[in-house]
Amino acid sequence: MQTALRTSLPETELASRANFAPHARVVREERPAHSSGLPLSIRALRKSYGDNEVLRGIDLHIPAGQFVAIVGKSGCGKSTLLRLIAGLEKADSGSISLGDAVKPEDIRVMFQEPRLLPWARVLSNVEVGLGRDRASSDAHSRAEEALTEVGLIDKRDQWPSVLSGGQKQRVALARALVSHPRVLAFDEPLGALDALTRISMQRLLERVWRDQGFTAILVTHDVAEAVALADRVLVIDEGRIAHDVTVNAARPRERGSAELAALEGSILGHLLSADDRT
Amino acid sequence: MSLIDSVSFPRSFRVPRLDGLIQWIVPLAIIAIWQVASVTGFVPTRVLPAPSDVLLAGWKLLLSGELARNIWVSFWRASIGFLIGGGIGFAFGLANGLSQLSNKLTDTTLQMVRNVPHLALIPLVILWFGIDESAKLFLVALGVFFPIYLNTLHGIRTVDPQLIEMGRIYGMTDGELFRRVIFPGALPSIFVGIRFALGIMWLTLIVAETIAASSGLGYMAMQAREFMLIDVVVLSILIYALLGKLADSASRVLERLTLSWHPAYWKR
Ligand SMILES: Nc1ncnc2c1ncn2[C@@H]1O[C@H](COP(=O)(O)OP(=O)(O)OP(=O)(O)O)[C@@H](O)[C@H]1O
Ligand SMILES: [Mg+2]
Repeated sequence: MQTALRTSLPETELASRANFAPHARVVREERPAHSSGLPLSIRALRKSYGDNEVLRGIDLHIPAGQFVAIVGKSGCGKSTLLRLIAGLEKADSGSISLGDAVKPEDIRVMFQEPRLLPWARVLSNVEVGLGRDRASSDAHSRAEEALTEVGLIDKRDQWPSVLSGGQKQRVALARALVSHPRVLAFDEPLGALDALTRISMQRLLERVWRDQGFTAILVTHDVAEAVALADRVLVIDEGRIAHDVTVNAARPRERGSAELAALEGSILGHLLSADDRT
Repeated sequence: MSLIDSVSFPRSFRVPRLDGLIQWIVPLAIIAIWQVASVTGFVPTRVLPAPSDVLLAGWKLLLSGELARNIWVSFWRASIGFLIGGGIGFAFGLANGLSQLSNKLTDTTLQMVRNVPHLALIPLVILWFGIDESAKLFLVALGVFFPIYLNTLHGIRTVDPQLIEMGRIYGMTDGELFRRVIFPGALPSIFVGIRFALGIMWLTLIVAETIAASSGLGYMAMQAREFMLIDVVVLSILIYALLGKLADSASRVLERLTLSWHPAYWKR
């Protein structure tokens, strides 16, 4: 009942509640999108945990700056793929290449949990994202800029425990953005949020992606979210990319349009047929 | 229902100034009743001297300089013993929490030693050190060691692994990871250890000074017992209680300052 009521709010109402757009425009003029995305090539990637063959040969090319969504049933290895891309885990065989001379700050991951340090104020939490530049003299101003980008500059001196779930996730986003990464990987970052906050966060993700031009890889359970945000939706099944669906709808996209609904239906169909086989 | 009402009752009557005073009502009332009972002869002064007599004894000892000297000696023993034992306990807690090798090497041994009540070592300690200062310091340090060791270890072990992973992803060096993630995460547990250790510190010192010392509050009490100066005996006990309370308050203040991020420490 609650959810139905929230999602049936008109789009304009949602937009007015998600009022972080005004801050962002200032930033956009100050700092041109200089950090372009990195292309990503994955060849014959395999990964097992013991007897459990999770990834059995992933081949994938993502052009620079593309927004890719990855869907698949639970346990199919989406998080594993993301962790491999982010370098948090080693592959058994195969390769992942990210173009030339990648710095650690160029790849950032955002998880379902915000993972903020409870004992650091919001601003210091964002500064953590600067990596090796944490100690530099402009660390403060860069962190402030990232907080402005997500509309939380007025919370800079708060403890994370006073923030709402959505606000914490926005701080985590600011932390991921502050180093101007060239690849940003999201592992169900909105999974724990309510419907309204989810939608405003989706808009925020899309906006920062368009502003900064990084390559975005979003793992999600929500097919509607995937088609609303991504240029391309990958369906993973049995350790391989089973379907590669391009989403051509023009941006800004109209949520719930017939075009997106049809696409969502066909992807759900792929997922369900994969589920029936097991 | 009525129980809940009575529990939440004082909140609605919160007057900031009075708040700090409320906790003293009961102790003051007890002293008042005690005084009345002594003066009226209800409690013979041979059993328990009147508070006024205790105060008088304290005043005399203060004038002679004996009281200050004994308090200082006890305080010094407590602090040095605490620093030594706590320092070593903290170091072992860190080492065993951070390094598997160190943990494998020492944890089992330490856990075995822990099962020996440290006060049972008093006869041995007297044989080793006589009634020298080092005997008291050794006992206090040993008593303080375990709560600090165990709670530091526990605190480090239970730091959220997701935060540690986050720190690594964001390129923190080992030192930064310790300073920004592991240590602050372990701090609440370390404070639990400190509070436990402070209790054990006073207990150990009282026993050690009573049995084997030639100065200090415990010695003062034992001397007074030999001369049947019951007011001085009671005075020593009260001073011990006061010092214990003081140490506890100090650790609370420190806790409030360093854990100000923790919702549990916000003023409600
Ligand atoms: N560290 C690990 N050790 C052993 N097995 C693991 C480990 N990490 C993941 N797995 C296994 O690998 C498989 C894929 O896990 P993964 O977390 O990638 O799934 P997922 O697609 O992200 O699922 P979900 O949608 O539920 O998050 C699962 O069967 C899981 O049990
Ligand atoms: Mg997952």
